[in-house]
Amino acid sequence: MWDYTEKVKDHFLNPRNVGEIENPDGAGEVGSLACGDALRLTFKLDENKRIKDVKFKTFGCASAIASSSALTEIIRGKTLEEAAKVTNQDIANYLGGLPEEKMHCSVMGREALEAAIANYRGQKVTKEDFEVICNCFGVTDREIIKAVRENDLKTVEQVTYYTKAGGGCGQCHPKIEAIIEKVRKEMEKGAPPPKAEKKKLTNIQKIKLIEETLGREIIPALKADGGDLDLIDIEGNKVLVALRGKCSFCPSSEFTLKQYVESKLREFVSDDIEVEEVRP
Amino acid sequence: MKTVYVDNNATTKVAPEVLEVMLPYFSEYYGNPSSMHFFGGQVQKKVDEARAKVADFLGAEPSEIVFTSCGTESDNAAILGTLDSYPEKRHLITTRVEHPAVDNVSTYLGRKGYRITELSVDREGRLDLDELRESLTDETTLVTIMYANNETGVIFPIEEIGEIVKARGIPFHTDAVQAAGKIPLNMKKSKVDMLSISGHKLHAPKGIGVLYIRKGTKFSPFLIGGHQEKGRRGGTENVPYIIGLGKACELAKKHLDEENTRVKPLTDYLEAKLLEKIPNTLVNGDRVHRLPNTVSVSFEYVEGESILLLLSDLGICASSGSACTSGSLEPSHVLRAMGVPFTAAHGSIRFSLSIYNTKEEMDYIIEHLPPIIQRLRDISPFWKDYLKSQGKI
Repeated sequence: MWDYTEKVKDHFLNPRNVGEIENPDGAGEVGSLACGDALRLTFKLDENKRIKDVKFKTFGCASAIASSSALTEIIRGKTLEEAAKVTNQDIANYLGGLPEEKMHCSVMGREALEAAIANYRGQKVTKEDFEVICNCFGVTDREIIKAVRENDLKTVEQVTYYTKAGGGCGQCHPKIEAIIEKVRKEMEKGAPPPKAEKKKLTNIQKIKLIEETLGREIIPALKADGGDLDLIDIEGNKVLVALRGKCSFCPSSEFTLKQYVESKLREFVSDDIEVEEVRP
Repeated sequence: MKTVYVDNNATTKVAPEVLEVMLPYFSEYYGNPSSMHFFGGQVQKKVDEARAKVADFLGAEPSEIVFTSCGTESDNAAILGTLDSYPEKRHLITTRVEHPAVDNVSTYLGRKGYRITELSVDREGRLDLDELRESLTDETTLVTIMYANNETGVIFPIEEIGEIVKARGIPFHTDAVQAAGKIPLNMKKSKVDMLSISGHKLHAPKGIGVLYIRKGTKFSPFLIGGHQEKGRRGGTENVPYIIGLGKACELAKKHLDEENTRVKPLTDYLEAKLLEKIPNTLVNGDRVHRLPNTVSVSFEYVEGESILLLLSDLGICASSGSACTSGSLEPSHVLRAMGVPFTAAHGSIRFSLSIYNTKEEMDYIIEHLPPIIQRLRDISPFWKDYLKSQGKI
């Protein structure tokens, strides 16, 4: 049985925005009955060119239906420029993740969106413009390249999970391998230089930044769960805090402290920060 | 939530009577049957009794029964053990619809340079025996053809096939994992040389299987080790499971009539009601030559995994030949070999019953499945298109 997240199950059992909009501004359809899944997406824009209404119809498994439902929720209210930036990873993240073998469902969502936007803009995206690599599932080089780039794919198996390419007879595996190699080389060349070191802070600056980060990034999130946190002291890179409210007796407080508070402070202040709890 | 278990071709419940007879062999009678002392000797006697029960169930001699760990091992041993006995011959004949325990072994042998013939099936899942006749050569080492298909329940004419194969003096193996306990098997009157069965498909536990090897059949052990099973399968006997399988075979023999008088009417009732209540439903496979407990149906324009999860949400446990359930991307090799239309290949559901199922359970499925299919069709882009094309909306 697939290990679906609660969010996938929820969007499968209670899909949002099912249907087809009559006279839509944009419509896109990808997949087919033979392939085992298909998605038809229709949307309408409001006077500010934002997506006012969006609906889907999907033939496919639970994760295909959930991905479609998630997609509609993500893009509603967005401009087309904003919507065009949505990646398949965004769809998967919205659902709290998908089993890797099912990632192609999120890719199908992104492709339908792309097709619908192109349809609105009067552009025609046809498969004929690209080389079909996988004949069993009709997947082109363009789709494979995009999936490899956006999801940092390394193996043929992963490409199959994300695009279905190579999931049939397997004859295209050498071609897929060549594409992966080529794209990864390009990615390495074009990769941004490693992140600049964080600026060296004076002690006063550091204390101020820690306080700011706690106030802006951390405490509101804890409060949302009925907890709180007080800054007790700062000794060098050691930040001493006391957990309050629900956090003080929460069994996962150690986890909260290290995985959440510490990693946030490291992100915003300094890589060498260590958080320690002071108990009363 | 109530559980309606209709996935008995996947595995079955261990019969309470089976579990009961097994238990003393874990803690009380734990001796090794091969030991010289009384403590092992008493266990040996019980293993012999169990072997006799299995033999009786199959219409075989006790000496023709080899206990294995599962159906897959039995299939592997039959194929590889025979090939090993005829090193000069390098041609295997099988079908396109075998279980992976045979199918993947033949793929493996193909890679090793064996010539493999995979017989095709028609739209109903039936073999063409002329194709078999034409495929047999002097080079043919073994013919291995399943007794009944796990996905569709279609029964192959094993005795007719046996006549054809044995007329050429070629060894013949059948994977009877799905047939055993559902239809009568009698090796005394059979042309079969080797036959595989699996305990957990007939209310014994997982982890025990049998390979029947007809007296006089050339065979080299697949699991090489001690003298157990008359040198045909090394490894200390899995005593509690052998005892359990003996009991399960005794029960299966007793219940065989009920497969036709009780299980088959339930299967037929379920099939008829689903066809009546859900439009665009197809039955996969020959409905006449079929196991009494199995029905595979396809619902057009919807996908199997979605159906299964919605059924599962109601406590109904079935299975599907759909791609998405297995992690593969194509529908099952069985449905593809049969040429099930692509509108239906992804929407197949298999119900496989047992003597523990009731009419109430069938009614529960019949009540809940139609709205599930309707709900998924309402989400599917193709259903409305189809209705439009038919002038229905």
